[in-house]
Amino acid sequence: MPLLEIKDLSFTYGPGTVFEKKAVNNVSLSIEKGDFIGIIGHTGSGKSTFIQTLNGLYKPTEGQIILDGKDIWENPKKIRNVRFRVGMVFQYPEYQLFEETAEKDIAYGPKNMGLSDSEIKERVMKAAKFVGLKPELLKKSPFELSGGEKRRVAIAGVIAMEPDILILDEPTAGLDPNGRDILLAQISAYHREKENTVLLVSHSMEDISRIADKILVMNKGNMFAFDDTKKVFARGEELEKIGLRIPEITKIMIGLKDRGYNVSTDIYSVEQAVNEIIKLKKPNRKG
Amino acid sequence: MLKEITLGQYFPGRSVLHKMDPRMKIILLTVFIVFIFLTKNYVSLAIMVVSVIFVILFSGVSLKLYFKSLKAIIFIVLFTSVLNLFYGTGDPLFQWKFITITQAGINTSVFVAARIISLVLISSVLTYTTSPTDLTDGIEKLLKPLSVFHIKIHEIAMMMTIALRFIPTLLEETDKIMSAQKARGADFDSGNAMTRIKTLIPILIPLFVSAFRRAYDLAMAMESRCYHGGEGRTRMKVLKYSKYDYIALCVVCLLCIGVIICNIRLPITLRTGM
Repeated sequence: MPLLEIKDLSFTYGPGTVFEKKAVNNVSLSIEKGDFIGIIGHTGSGKSTFIQTLNGLYKPTEGQIILDGKDIWENPKKIRNVRFRVGMVFQYPEYQLFEETAEKDIAYGPKNMGLSDSEIKERVMKAAKFVGLKPELLKKSPFELSGGEKRRVAIAGVIAMEPDILILDEPTAGLDPNGRDILLAQISAYHREKENTVLLVSHSMEDISRIADKILVMNKGNMFAFDDTKKVFARGEELEKIGLRIPEITKIMIGLKDRGYNVSTDIYSVEQAVNEIIKLKKPNRKG
Repeated sequence: MLKEITLGQYFPGRSVLHKMDPRMKIILLTVFIVFIFLTKNYVSLAIMVVSVIFVILFSGVSLKLYFKSLKAIIFIVLFTSVLNLFYGTGDPLFQWKFITITQAGINTSVFVAARIISLVLISSVLTYTTSPTDLTDGIEKLLKPLSVFHIKIHEIAMMMTIALRFIPTLLEETDKIMSAQKARGADFDSGNAMTRIKTLIPILIPLFVSAFRRAYDLAMAMESRCYHGGEGRTRMKVLKYSKYDYIALCVVCLLCIGVIICNIRLPITLRTGM
């Protein structure tokens, strides 16, 4: 049984009003435990709306979301429990901070779960460690921290709830390249250690190709593709057609193929490309 | 949820009312409201109500929106008009225990209801058909004479423009912060009054922080573009009265004359001034 099953999900904003807009259109997919899924798509492709239906912030207009065999809207009063299991880090999460100290802010989620004080403390420490926050920062006001530190506090606030599924909406937006790499590495390490499920929304194909096992491509509210990373990149030309920027290295491979070289185009890292090109050279070598 | 608020919202369009000068619209609206309250019999009231309906039809804005703006005040209208029903003087038409209903009572409650509804509708027309910047431009121009008393009209108008400009932004921001806190298990829908107030803290603090941040950013941006108040400032779009404004002015004048004549010539139905 898949951990999370999405069946014919549609979501319409303001149905029956002048502002009616269908944001997600008939999406069906299954997410297994331990998946690391990258979600890409243009601004307005419905990806943010899609992920917000997964933890019950939006109620689907049509279709179902089934978590562990149970429709999450079966009992609307228990939707909070779904939100604890499906943790969501919003875009620019640092704007949600409000407590006196970073520590208290991280504890907000676990506190809402009704955990004991000792358990909360332990979870806060663990979460802070995962995102690389120094213990001395935890006693500071979140408003005194730097932008990158604030973001870490906010992400830790969701990780501390120890959700089975962690959804991150562009966690690296606005960070410098170095900060971006570190944060992605930490998310990746967290995923490996906890063996939980992570959904990561990003604009950057390069970032996603590096860490995701599977990719969901959204286009105009529809599911354009959902497959292993390699198979999605094999459709590089189609991705370009819907206006997504594919990794430079994939473009090079497509270019080579267009010029009549027999290379595969499901390539998204330099190492893969090197191997592929070497393969190409070998049979042609004379002598 | 918060996106459904239509108060003070502007709906772009091409109607005659959209093309009118904001100054003229504000002046005529004021005159119009005064005359709604000067009506003293059913004929003059009918003149005003019918013209409100015509103005609404001319505005080219969906009727649904007007109903929406009425929804918000329906309770006030019902409350005041029902209350007025029992406070008439004169011969009772209907009596039951301590409740007496007189012709005067019915008249007052009809007038009260009609006046409040017309007032809200006609004011909605102004905000629906005038963009916030035009509106504040108009107010600034109209209040200009007050600068004789050293009142800083330009600054007041600028503050109004900025406030109006940021209403949708702050609403959107509130929505986002609410979602983020809900995702961390905030519960806004249950508990008693005290716990409910407490759940607002995680929304209000980030909202204030971001409002201040935006204010600083805006001040910085304005200063780096050499903003230094209204002195010597010229406008890109200079307000000018067009033929529509003069036509509207004539129409409203005729309406007012009509109301005055009806009030004088016809028997007065409403004696107690509201």
